[in-house]
Amino acid sequence: MILESIVFYSLAVASVGSALLMVTRRNPVIAALYLILNFFCLAGLYLTLQAQFIAVIHILVYAGAIMVLFLFVIMLLNLGDERKLSDAISPRKIIAGGLSLALLLELLSIFVTGTEGLPEYNADQALQVGTVEYIGKQLFTKFLFPFEVTSILLLAAIIGAILLAKKKPD
Amino acid sequence: MYELLHDLLGDSLLVYVIGAALPLLFVLPFAVVAVLLEMKVSAHMQDRVAYMYTGWHGVLQPVADILKLLQKEDTVPAAADKFLFRLAPFLVFMGGYAGFAALPFSSAYIGSNIDLGVFYILAVSSLAVIGLMMSGWASNNKWSLFGAMRSVAQIISYEIPSALSILVAVMIVGSLNLQEVSKFQEGGIQNWIVFGGPMPLLQKLLLLPFTITAFFILFLAGIAEVNRTPFDLPEAESELVQGYNTEYSGMKFAIFYLAEFANMFLVSGIVVSLYLGGWTSPFGDVMSGPIWSFFWFVAKGMFFVFLQVWIRWTLPRLRVDQLMYTSWKVLTPFLFVCIFAVGLILVL
Amino acid sequence: MLTEFGKVLLFLIVGAMFVAGGLIASWILRPNRPYPAKLSSYECGEEPVGNAWVRFNVRFYVIALIFLIFDVEVVFLFPWALVYRELGLFAFLEMAVFLAILLVGLAYVWVKGDLDWDKPVPQIPKIERDRPAYKQQTPAEPVAV
Repeated sequence: MILESIVFYSLAVASVGSALLMVTRRNPVIAALYLILNFFCLAGLYLTLQAQFIAVIHILVYAGAIMVLFLFVIMLLNLGDERKLSDAISPRKIIAGGLSLALLLELLSIFVTGTEGLPEYNADQALQVGTVEYIGKQLFTKFLFPFEVTSILLLAAIIGAILLAKKKPD
Repeated sequence: MYELLHDLLGDSLLVYVIGAALPLLFVLPFAVVAVLLEMKVSAHMQDRVAYMYTGWHGVLQPVADILKLLQKEDTVPAAADKFLFRLAPFLVFMGGYAGFAALPFSSAYIGSNIDLGVFYILAVSSLAVIGLMMSGWASNNKWSLFGAMRSVAQIISYEIPSALSILVAVMIVGSLNLQEVSKFQEGGIQNWIVFGGPMPLLQKLLLLPFTITAFFILFLAGIAEVNRTPFDLPEAESELVQGYNTEYSGMKFAIFYLAEFANMFLVSGIVVSLYLGGWTSPFGDVMSGPIWSFFWFVAKGMFFVFLQVWIRWTLPRLRVDQLMYTSWKVLTPFLFVCIFAVGLILVL
Repeated sequence: MLTEFGKVLLFLIVGAMFVAGGLIASWILRPNRPYPAKLSSYECGEEPVGNAWVRFNVRFYVIALIFLIFDVEVVFLFPWALVYRELGLFAFLEMAVFLAILLVGLAYVWVKGDLDWDKPVPQIPKIERDRPAYKQQTPAEPVAV
């Protein structure tokens, strides 16, 4: 399909481009907005893979909720003034660089080894896997225990958030 | 509708472009009518007459307003972030308009028949939230930024109650696609989900209190999501000038205004499709069919638009703390009760 | 044939085209005579003071954080609601456990008072001033005769 490859390549170029712009912008608000653009491009890429549910939650949770939180935090810390960000090499930057390098190597190893060991789907199954119904059925039958544990994780997140946001230590 | 267009035009991309532009052909006249409705209804509620000069009883006034806005100078403040300032109206309008894709206007027309349906509308409306945030921040104006922050905080707070009240209907139907949800409620007024849906009598009676509660909460949260009175704190004229679009003028302002009216209808459309039978006729098979179903959908939608106008000119504005109280401590717990109860009734 | 998501993409494109068309039409029709006073930010008719990009209150952050967590919860509820009628009582019990744990979270946030919009306490300025001398004197006790 020629249309499909046009959509794929334009989304791929846009997502890589927006990611690069996100990293290089000095102003954190503008960087965050490019990250949102990047999320939308990624959601589009998920849709070309028929992963509807993932695409929608990517927009709903990442672009909708997490990015609003990011923007609020940027406003809270008033990072709008870009001069405050220093260019000095700190231990934090070295650790971040090391972790990014490890992630890159991991991704490269996946590309090299290919799809060995992954479950194989034929075309019809592949269309089914991404739908909300399929995920619902799998989640509430096969992956029941991880699902219930998620609630504990979310509870911990709520309590952590409240502790972090506490105004006065008591 | 797409089949008809295929017959007329063959299998070309034009078919889909026309299909995607049809809601726009609805939204534009709707906005004209809604502006007039807003002004006339508010005037008569306050014993005034509103527009009287342009056309018969001023009916052409909104058209004149549009022509005026087209010619207005469109300033971009020197202190603003120019690129984002210009980009924001696009996002706000696109976020609202893309929602129309999953709205079944008639038994024969839905822009995009995706299974995700209303879930997709929830997701795509976050585009508009980002647009609002962008417009407030890029204006570099204190009122704009305060308005945008308030607006975003309000929209995200009411997204939880609206999503939960949508879930109540989804549980009963078992589908997210609003076309399927509408079909489920065919057969007359007694089958609408607000009245318990097409269930056996006992189950229906048990469901009734919870579906009515969820319906009211969905409508209330919907009003809050489009920032209308009594939830219009982001645009509180007396404190925040105009809210997030203070610095916008001319056509860019008109786009924000249009997006607001489009969202009013979108919210009404979601409420109608989920709880009030969508495009189905209240009299069963009488007056049904593609054209009648379009009529019913628009008539029900317009009723809720009228209700929003009515509420706007009746109720005073809430305080911010009351707003948050309503969302988190009243609506959300009520909906959890609804979900539990509906769940129990459906399986027993 | 275009897929259903292709149609959604067309909706986005048509929306953007409409906005662009409106802006271009107005760009042709409208006058453009900017001058510094017109381009200054609106601030109640006064000269704008400083920048609008200021620090914001932490309460916005708390609301966004709570929203995020409940949003994730809603994301789990949607697939559940969709397959609910098929799976029956079993699914109900699963979700009851899930929601019960999360409602503990809501109750915690509620009790901790983080759902309240943090209202600033108005500080009424107190002015210390000397009271007139005649008011400082306590009235003399009536002497019993």
